[in-house]
Amino acid sequence: MKAHGTVIKYGNNVDTDVIIPARYLNSSDPKELASHCMEDIDATFVKRVKAGDIIVGGRNFGCGSSHEHAPLAIKTSGIACVVAESFARIFYRNAINIGLPIIECPEASKAIAEGDEVEIDFDSGKIIDFTAKKTYTAQPFPQFIQSIIEAGGLINAIGKNLIGSRERS
Amino acid sequence: MPMTLSQKILAAHCGMDKVEAGQLILADVDLVLGNDITAPVAINEFSKLNKNCVFDCDKVALVMDHFAPNKDIKAAEQCKYVREFAGKMNVKNYFDVGEMGVEHALLPEKGLVVAGDLVVGADSHTCTYGALSAFSTGVGSTDMACAMATGKLWFKVPSALKFVLKNKPAKWVSGKDIILHIIGKIGVDGALYKSMEFTGDGVSQLSVYSRLTMANMAIEAGGKNGIFEADDKTLAYIKEHSNRKPVIYKADPDAAYDAVYEIDLSKLRPTVAFPHLPENTRTIDDVGEVKIDQTVIGSCTNGQLEDLAVAAEILKGKKIAKGVRCIVIPATQRIWLEAMEKGYLKTFIDAGCAVSTPTCGPCLGGHMGILAKGERAVATTNRNFVGRMGHPESEVYLASPAVAAASAILGKLASPEAVE
Repeated sequence: MKAHGTVIKYGNNVDTDVIIPARYLNSSDPKELASHCMEDIDATFVKRVKAGDIIVGGRNFGCGSSHEHAPLAIKTSGIACVVAESFARIFYRNAINIGLPIIECPEASKAIAEGDEVEIDFDSGKIIDFTAKKTYTAQPFPQFIQSIIEAGGLINAIGKNLIGSRERS
Repeated sequence: MPMTLSQKILAAHCGMDKVEAGQLILADVDLVLGNDITAPVAINEFSKLNKNCVFDCDKVALVMDHFAPNKDIKAAEQCKYVREFAGKMNVKNYFDVGEMGVEHALLPEKGLVVAGDLVVGADSHTCTYGALSAFSTGVGSTDMACAMATGKLWFKVPSALKFVLKNKPAKWVSGKDIILHIIGKIGVDGALYKSMEFTGDGVSQLSVYSRLTMANMAIEAGGKNGIFEADDKTLAYIKEHSNRKPVIYKADPDAAYDAVYEIDLSKLRPTVAFPHLPENTRTIDDVGEVKIDQTVIGSCTNGQLEDLAVAAEILKGKKIAKGVRCIVIPATQRIWLEAMEKGYLKTFIDAGCAVSTPTCGPCLGGHMGILAKGERAVATTNRNFVGRMGHPESEVYLASPAVAAASAILGKLASPEAVE
């Protein structure tokens, strides 16, 4: 699985309240959530984001609430992958569970610039910045996590028996 | 391998004698929590699993607290959706308007969490119950759905940071000041993926409520959980609130920690986190002149009776500054009633405060006190991110109930010592 797109870049500690302001959480409709994605730090995001674009953030991306609405808003906006130096743990788990590809890579997070054309190969963990002509290598996800993301999330993966049964024994 | 307190509880819930940091485990959970924002998404996911019941109707808790009493039609629809699900699934611990409270104050009060439990909740502040020596952590809605369906969830066993608390804090220094001090020291990702274990002789000086406040904000340092060992105060609290038997675990004396911090509580001062991150802390002596428009005293962090008692002590016979709105939100119905019986609510109303029914309300910019552009609030809540309490250009200063009450009287960030 690969992502290939244009980079939209943010800084450190991008929190769930700016990814999707809590005042909009009276809805769980993904399209409605996506229409307010990043609104409080970047009012232009919704207008300029294209399907396949890649977000590059800094440290502790997705800190704050447990709201799954945050990765859902990003995914529904058309973002193909989020690259960051590190992710907050609940966001990390939620992104996998809803099938939003994410990858941790401190070097890429620092060096890649806004507007760069980037390709990410999830099997090898290779990140290629075509604009800057640089390549970075991140730790790829193990196969079972990739299966969850490819299935579109944990529930779909369970439905397709892609991961072990979670039933009580 | 010696284990931390958190690791001991995880091992006991996956049927293993030993677990170690980094290990992936599938563990049994004792309680699964959701609220009116996260449960609707979880119910959608749950319905895709084709289950006609939850794993145990006594071990799921659904609390309508964030936008309840319903702030608008959409919020009403979300609560209705959860209410119908709870009815259909025979969920025993469903709490609606009239009996609900802010979830993390309500669950301990209802005796639903005891020492040794493993609790997951689709709310990041689920880490609160570590104050009762439970392993509890926030998850998303999909995890909540899977846990509701199976009673199990996978975890990566965390490593831990150890905080050795020493000595007795000064009069106006509470759990809020201690945890803000710690977050200021280690940063908002200082405990990322890790447990925060609080220990040392200073712990015995802290009330269970101060410990609830501290464990509540472990997530603000990125922590997976925050936890205290059970002592006499913990066990007395559990005995008063629950019929369930606590299980006491202790960290091995030679357990490995990624870092150990010693904190002399007697040296701490009332502490405030400036916008827009909980790590931007300053002591009250260094805040300068910060005029405020609103004060909020409440939330899962500081909406307990003890918090209201402190605020009432400071506000008694005083008036809120002209031009400042002070909103007090007791965290549960029981706290509301006790605050009324003790006369705190009269003190608040005489001082010019508005007293609200329990709700998360303004903490996450929902309702009951939203800020306009350029406005500033001192709040006893837990987050001060951009736009958290309203307009993206408003500001939230996090503080203790004592600092919030004093600030409301003087109309600017202030120490309780300034109004004594």
